[in-house]
Amino acid sequence: MIEVENVHFTYPNGVEALKGVSLTIRDGEFVAIMGQNGAGKTTLIKHFNGLLKPTKGTVRVDGVETVKTSVAALARNVGFVFQNPDHQLFSETVEEEIAFALKNFGFDAEVIEKRISWALNLLGLEQYRKTSPFLLSGGERKRVALASVLAWDPKTLVLDEPTIGQDYQQKEKLRQFIVQMQTQGKTVVVVTHDVEFVAECNPRVVLMKDGKIVADGEGRTILTNPEILAQSSVVLPQITQIFMRLTPLGLPKDVIDVYEAKEILLKCWRRSGGK
Amino acid sequence: MAIIETKNLTYTYPGAAKPSINDVSMKVEKGEFVLITGPSGCGKTTLCRCFNGLIPHFYQGEIKGEITVAGMNPTKHHTHEMAKSVGMVFQNPENQLFALSIEKDVAFGLENLGVPREEIRRRVDWALMQTGIYDLRERSPHEVSGGQQQRVAIAAVLAMKPEIIVLDEPTSFLDPLSAEKIFEVIHELNRKLGITVVLVEHRLDLTAKYADHIIIMDEGKVCFDGNPREILSTEETRLIGVGIPKATLLYQLLRKEGIKLSDVTPLSSEELATLLLEALKPQ
Repeated sequence: MIEVENVHFTYPNGVEALKGVSLTIRDGEFVAIMGQNGAGKTTLIKHFNGLLKPTKGTVRVDGVETVKTSVAALARNVGFVFQNPDHQLFSETVEEEIAFALKNFGFDAEVIEKRISWALNLLGLEQYRKTSPFLLSGGERKRVALASVLAWDPKTLVLDEPTIGQDYQQKEKLRQFIVQMQTQGKTVVVVTHDVEFVAECNPRVVLMKDGKIVADGEGRTILTNPEILAQSSVVLPQITQIFMRLTPLGLPKDVIDVYEAKEILLKCWRRSGGK
Repeated sequence: MAIIETKNLTYTYPGAAKPSINDVSMKVEKGEFVLITGPSGCGKTTLCRCFNGLIPHFYQGEIKGEITVAGMNPTKHHTHEMAKSVGMVFQNPENQLFALSIEKDVAFGLENLGVPREEIRRRVDWALMQTGIYDLRERSPHEVSGGQQQRVAIAAVLAMKPEIIVLDEPTSFLDPLSAEKIFEVIHELNRKLGITVVLVEHRLDLTAKYADHIIIMDEGKVCFDGNPREILSTEETRLIGVGIPKATLLYQLLRKEGIKLSDVTPLSSEELATLLLEALKPQ
């Protein structure tokens, strides 16, 4: 469980990035944090593994205050994947990149080998096992960074913009993986601008603006509220945009899923005697 | 007239085991808005790096086949010569900006070309107006928002009066509203000024509606090339991992169920909503 209580954070240059944020994320939740560039999303999640400590207020991870422990101690439980993979990759091969943290956490050679194969397979990177991460494309490097964190199986996973550079199939795999983590009681927090990805996953959505949380609720409720979204520079998912224009047909507006949309429209078509 | 043309272009990065683009033959007509997409690692970024000579001049490696861009051969002409005709905009604007003020950043390319002072002034002001950041010209590019930074990067390229602008996922780092606005700016440049636009993008929900022409790549090869409405309506496109717009997907699903909708595949929510209102209105 992550408990954020009235957290303020000011960077050394004087910029106040968080202005009183309170948020509780329970075990097994899937939360998407969305909002304008510069709203404080990345600053907030860097508090979850102690990379940043609040200027005022408290952050507790599984009951322990982050100021009373180290990033190294928190990292075993909270895996963090940065927005820019180049900020975290450094090894000569993809395999070594994934092995690095596992060795540091003291896993046996045999376990390390198994975990590497598992992570490579999960993220479709088997063919690059012996390749330098720097020879890979942007989207592939992003997946190597993700693999290196998934491999140590943290209880909580924090992902900053995981879908950048990913094609549809990769996004779908990521979604399925997140669902699987949830069923194991694990927590996933993503920061993302990818409205369509969030609409497909329908997680809890936290909207931020100017260092504060302006909305917090079920994805379907938040993503179909144009007034709230506009405040945070988020746009409606494409399916919702369609339904907003179909009001003359008396259809609901809070639809985000394409298959649900299909069922509603089919019913409407049959009702209108369509042939 | 083709402004970009490649014939059997094959390129291998130094130290790579196999080519990143393999036997690519494609054409872009002058004034087109072209969308290049395909699975992660398919070679789209590599192909774009060939257009202004970053490949092979900066990246080295081995290049084979023919390439002509704005009447020049990028493998022979230097990148600074190509830059006058081909502007590049990348994912992360921060990597492209460095000057103390936005107008200085936009003027930098022109100063390097030795353009007269008065002309620089005129072109910088024009580019700032076109991208909607004229009022920010004296600010530091590092203190404005991500969306504004990307506009600065586009203005800097635009000031060079290029014939072609190549953009590689230019909005991945931007919030959805800023992203939408950037695509509108790009679309305007294409429509009003006739600049040829080559856009690399995964998120077709946001961009397919602007494209005249779409090229889909997979494993270093071009596998589809043509009209977006035709190509995005095929089953194969979805199977290779291209995320077709949700509106297009919903249209396909409804047609499969027998709902009669126009044969012209919609690419945006507005287009599909119009078709649905027509087809489903009470009798």
